[in-house]
Amino acid sequence: MVAAWLLAGPMGMALAAERPPPGASSCAGCHAEGAAMGAIDGRPETEIAAALTAYRSGERPASVMSRIAKGFSDAESQAIAAYLSRQPAAAVEQSNATSQERP
Amino acid sequence: MSPTRRALLATGTALALVGPAIAKAVPKVVVIGGGFGGATAARALHRGGLDVTLVEVNPTYVSCPFSNEVIAGLQPMAAQRFGYDGLVRAGIRVVHEAATGIDSEARRVTLADGTALPYDRLVLSPGIDLRFDAIPGYDQAAASRMPHAWKAGEQTLLLARQIAAMPENGTVLLSVPGNPYRCPPGPYERASLIAHVLKTRKPRAKLILLDAKDTFSKQRLFQSAWATLYPTQLEYVPLAEGGQVSAVDPDAMIVRTDFADYKADVACIIPPQRAGRIAAIAGVADRSGWCPIDPVTFESRLMPGIHVIGDAAIAGAMPKSAFSANAQGKVCADAVIDLLAGRAPETPKLINTCYSLVAPGYGISIAGVYHPAGGVLADVEGAGGISPVDAPMTLRAQEALYAADWYRTITRQVFG
Repeated sequence: MVAAWLLAGPMGMALAAERPPPGASSCAGCHAEGAAMGAIDGRPETEIAAALTAYRSGERPASVMSRIAKGFSDAESQAIAAYLSRQPAAAVEQSNATSQERP
Repeated sequence: MSPTRRALLATGTALALVGPAIAKAVPKVVVIGGGFGGATAARALHRGGLDVTLVEVNPTYVSCPFSNEVIAGLQPMAAQRFGYDGLVRAGIRVVHEAATGIDSEARRVTLADGTALPYDRLVLSPGIDLRFDAIPGYDQAAASRMPHAWKAGEQTLLLARQIAAMPENGTVLLSVPGNPYRCPPGPYERASLIAHVLKTRKPRAKLILLDAKDTFSKQRLFQSAWATLYPTQLEYVPLAEGGQVSAVDPDAMIVRTDFADYKADVACIIPPQRAGRIAAIAGVADRSGWCPIDPVTFESRLMPGIHVIGDAAIAGAMPKSAFSANAQGKVCADAVIDLLAGRAPETPKLINTCYSLVAPGYGISIAGVYHPAGGVLADVEGAGGISPVDAPMTLRAQEALYAADWYRTITRQVFG
């Protein structure tokens, strides 16, 4: 625990978990493996950035994402896409683990 | 110089060679309130390497989101209940005691069993208290005749039983308070789903919706759906037409306004609210009963070192919702980690999305993006809004599916 805090502290930021850019931590409220909205962690950066751009312009139809994407600039969307692409697709690993546990 | 002091100094010198940070103990954060906000914050703070204690008096959390579906018999109560095993498995210390005192000078929380919990920073996510002093006649005892069901649990089941047992041609009264209150569209979803029950099981019965205001969340979507789905079941009475409840008589089952007395077979009274009890004890609630906060860190404007998230906070344009509390829990945790490390927190952006069902398979939504502006959390211009008013039923069905999947995702993330 001490080590974890020190790594996350001023001495060792590089070793701490990557800090999400503004807005990115809200995404997981909906996006997860198994949900209709789909998981976005670990998806390619270009794919996420393109989707956000298309939602913002209205080119890609959506129920909610068109309204949310308009709240982010190009640079902000790009930062979110880059961050999400670097996150492990944890839910997928979890569901694999669950299926392996089954008899 | 005492040997102890010399030893400490010597240790300090040795540590100074490694770096100043290493001399620090792991900072302690206490989180009070284990709902969507507090449980989220506890997880995020723990992931950040802090020593986290979550204080939550109840061993089981009962979720308000989707409790309207329980009232309408569309969802079992079991789907609303969540334990804290998932947080304990994640390594978080969870204490099921009531917090009874907060000493903000000494930075210490006292629990009902006498335990003292020291903290470097405190996060409060106490949700709401119902104001049993706001509507004449509506006290705690009245709630057993006229349930509020605005904190999910026995109240939810009571209202469900009352609706199931009411006469075929009975009247349901549902009253809505003025702003602000927990879950702005919630009362209208409840009215919709009760109207659905009446339409399908007691078509001669009706619901009268008494509102202490004239405008409400997703109004055009709700009213357009009501006109189509429940033209004879649901009557809406806004403030301008006498919708504000002035008193209730629970023994006679009468709900009074300045314009009329309504005799009810079932009366659901959602009273005005305030931040949960501990907010006043901590000194973080202002005269409105809610808690003013800094929009970057969620630190109290009234009491340094104490952060407030979720329904209890005055979060500007952000509604009091589970989605908001979840988003705020993460942003607040990042700010607390930064402040304890001596860094300036980054200016955040937060999202809220909130689904309502007006009937099974018929969902509508509101979304928003928020940022600190002018000292409060303000809407990001041009973003957010409600589902299209003229949308095909395929979109309504899709949003109903999204609503269910959102609930599964967020409860798994927070409690799983």
